[in-house]
Amino acid sequence: MAEITKLIHKYLRHDKKFPHVWCPGCGIGIMLGALIRAIDSSGYDKDDIVLVSGIGCTGRLPVYVDFNTLHTTHGRALTFATGIKLAKPRLKVIVVMGDGDAIAIGGNHFIHAARRNIDLTSIIVNNSVYGMTGGQYSPATPYGMKTTTSMYSNVEHDFKIAELAVTAGAAFVGRGTVYHAKLLDSLFEKAFHKAGFSVVEVISHCHTQYGRLNRMGSAVEMMEWQRDHAVTVEKARQMKSDELQDKFVIGVLVDRELPPYEEEYEKVRKWAKGVDKK
Amino acid sequence: MAFRYDIRLSGSGGQGLILIGIILAEAIGIYDGKYVVQTQSYGPEARGGSSKSEVVVSDTEIDYPKAMKLDCLLAMNQKSCDDYYMDLKPDGLLIVDSTFVTQIPLPKAYQIPFTHMARTIFKREMVANIIALGALAKLTGIVSPKSLELSVLSRVPKGTEKLNRDALRAGIKAAEKAKKAFSPRIISEREDEDT
Amino acid sequence: MKKKKRKELLLQGNEAIVEGALKAGCRFFAGYPITPATEISEILSVKLPKVDGTFIQMEDEIASLGAVIGASLTGTKSMTATSGPGFSLMQENLGFAIITEIPCVIVDAMRGGPSTGLPTSPSQSDVMQARWGTHGDHPIIVLCPSTVSECFTLTIKAFNFSERFRNPVILLVDEVVAHMREKIAIPDDEEIEVFNRVKPTVPPEWYIPYQDTPRGVPPMADFGEGYRYHVTGLTHDIRGFPTSRPDEIDPFIRRLFRKISQNFGEMQIGEFFMTDDADISIVAYGCVARSAKRAVIDARERGIKVGLLKLNTIWPFMRTAVEKLVAKSKIVIVPEMNMGQISREVKRVIKSDVKVFTINKVDSTIITPEEIWARIKEVS
Repeated sequence: MAEITKLIHKYLRHDKKFPHVWCPGCGIGIMLGALIRAIDSSGYDKDDIVLVSGIGCTGRLPVYVDFNTLHTTHGRALTFATGIKLAKPRLKVIVVMGDGDAIAIGGNHFIHAARRNIDLTSIIVNNSVYGMTGGQYSPATPYGMKTTTSMYSNVEHDFKIAELAVTAGAAFVGRGTVYHAKLLDSLFEKAFHKAGFSVVEVISHCHTQYGRLNRMGSAVEMMEWQRDHAVTVEKARQMKSDELQDKFVIGVLVDRELPPYEEEYEKVRKWAKGVDKK
Repeated sequence: MAFRYDIRLSGSGGQGLILIGIILAEAIGIYDGKYVVQTQSYGPEARGGSSKSEVVVSDTEIDYPKAMKLDCLLAMNQKSCDDYYMDLKPDGLLIVDSTFVTQIPLPKAYQIPFTHMARTIFKREMVANIIALGALAKLTGIVSPKSLELSVLSRVPKGTEKLNRDALRAGIKAAEKAKKAFSPRIISEREDEDT
Repeated sequence: MKKKKRKELLLQGNEAIVEGALKAGCRFFAGYPITPATEISEILSVKLPKVDGTFIQMEDEIASLGAVIGASLTGTKSMTATSGPGFSLMQENLGFAIITEIPCVIVDAMRGGPSTGLPTSPSQSDVMQARWGTHGDHPIIVLCPSTVSECFTLTIKAFNFSERFRNPVILLVDEVVAHMREKIAIPDDEEIEVFNRVKPTVPPEWYIPYQDTPRGVPPMADFGEGYRYHVTGLTHDIRGFPTSRPDEIDPFIRRLFRKISQNFGEMQIGEFFMTDDADISIVAYGCVARSAKRAVIDARERGIKVGLLKLNTIWPFMRTAVEKLVAKSKIVIVPEMNMGQISREVKRVIKSDVKVFTINKVDSTIITPEEIWARIKEVS
């Protein structure tokens, strides 16, 4: 307990901004815990961390933590983060987004940040729904599910966020769940240490909107669902595709060496100054 | 009233009219020290369509930046000649590339086969604009030859300086010749298959 | 010591904007290609890396302004350039820069609209978009050059104002001025006044990021310098945290307006030309101001006393200058390449029985001196 108290005192704006806005049982708190533990164990100075977010439940996260924090416009967090990182590369820039924020309105920014391989860490809390506005379907809502804008049934198909990041060119992509909190700690740490664009998709739940409409039970039951449907990368390799039908893969999906944008742009500066030839 | 001289360089996209507009403006403005404004208009038709560049010269600050009534019109193709000759002042100067402009709308016009000269003398059609610039400079007297040469050399790609200087001088020479034999078309340098 | 003669260059409006930005200290540019502003991107992509700056071509204009604001938060002077369609996309993050008071400069090279409109033709139809394009009540500063030299000087002013007042500044340039080439003498660095944002002098634990000051402009800390604070597009209290308290919201919004209105005089740039004895006055801006100047000279030669007020500051609107004008002139003509965006303002600020006539040209070509002269004859 003492360890947790220490972390709370060190990293939360506990005297300023609590109570928080999230529903009791929300997975974002678990993700925030993992985030703080990973930052602490990575040894970053609080002054060197910039936490950027967009709009939505996850977008509210930065206000509670004692870093340089930036709560931007809906879907645009990565664009602001790009400017911060390029203008002051020594800063550790972490971006937290929800599924709607990152891959609906911000989908274009997401794939382009991955393609450029900017040295940012993107954490996407995927709760399959727009929570803050009252439970409308998002691009991560699976086919056939009920939301307040698909009361008959969702007829769209969902993006697999982590796989999208792999395809778009991110250097590191991992997926965890808020049930597997320890795995999140290690995925975040790995993502932070990766030079280049790193993505961690965090499967979470919205029991107050999505869970209620789809009769998925309480937060605890929805987390048990996560436990029962998550398969590690290693285990998934042994499984047949029909066995994987209703499962999702957790762990490190990709970890590759790609030159980060900042390094590449440093070359441009040298060419421009005539130091190196192009 | 302040001295003002309005020039329009016209033709089709790709004939380098904007470039010679810039070169002329730089020679007049920077090297000769007069007031000058260069504008251009291009549109969706920029590729292969019509293109024009205008240079306004004055001894005081220039207000209206576009050409008004023209003191000089360079027409590098028939369409631009047809479109713009009406904008010439009564005593305005019409210079045409006789390689392409075969129907002359005015009784007076300097007809020099710029493109033909570029092809035959320099084996490079792309210098037709510089030849025309040399001729225009000679015929209008609006810019000093020395300034123009400096300006050409500062704006053309490295390695093409000699080619462009020679082209400019060829243009000046052709203009001298045309001036002497004003009006009659310079048929001698034309080949029939080019028409 | 003998004064060195300034070197003269033949520059395009867009090139002069680049030179002005670099002199003002701009070291970050994010943009998306669009006619007629593309030259600014192209040239800065070559010049910024030479001075350890950063150029990046983003995926769209929304991203461009986002990156610009992010870079500015670290203390780097930042800019983007676009035209109407892209400027429409930027309105979202423009509002963010206003509410978070992050300095930045946006160049809008106006072309014909609405929508894709006329990509290569001039227009002045973004005057109101620049003023009210983003949602919510907000202050804005908009400058408008009509010569290549002004492209240079007003870009520096734009950076200075944005740093001084912690507000985005829009440089509204029309296609004619953006693409026109003229002689310009670039002054030496020591002759150029450059203003840098005021940073906090208190230790971080005392820093209150949005606290009012006599000028209405709070000092701004760079991200990553020990002042860990929160920046949000939500309406916030003086500490920067979201608030829903009416007693905190009201003074905040009023301060945003007050920091511009109480420093109004500093940002009014314009030129009176032969207005002292003018019976008829023209109010014009951008390329049209040039035609108007010619029309004034022509009219004077014909014995009609006409004057010109050229607006370089479009917003906040130069009310006092117009009032001064109509103390003598009983007729005002406002020629503009739109359906009457500034003439409406002129009419709004004139309280006397002065007649305001308009010339509204929307055929993609510049208003000529003859057209203004024709209107002068009509109304005199």
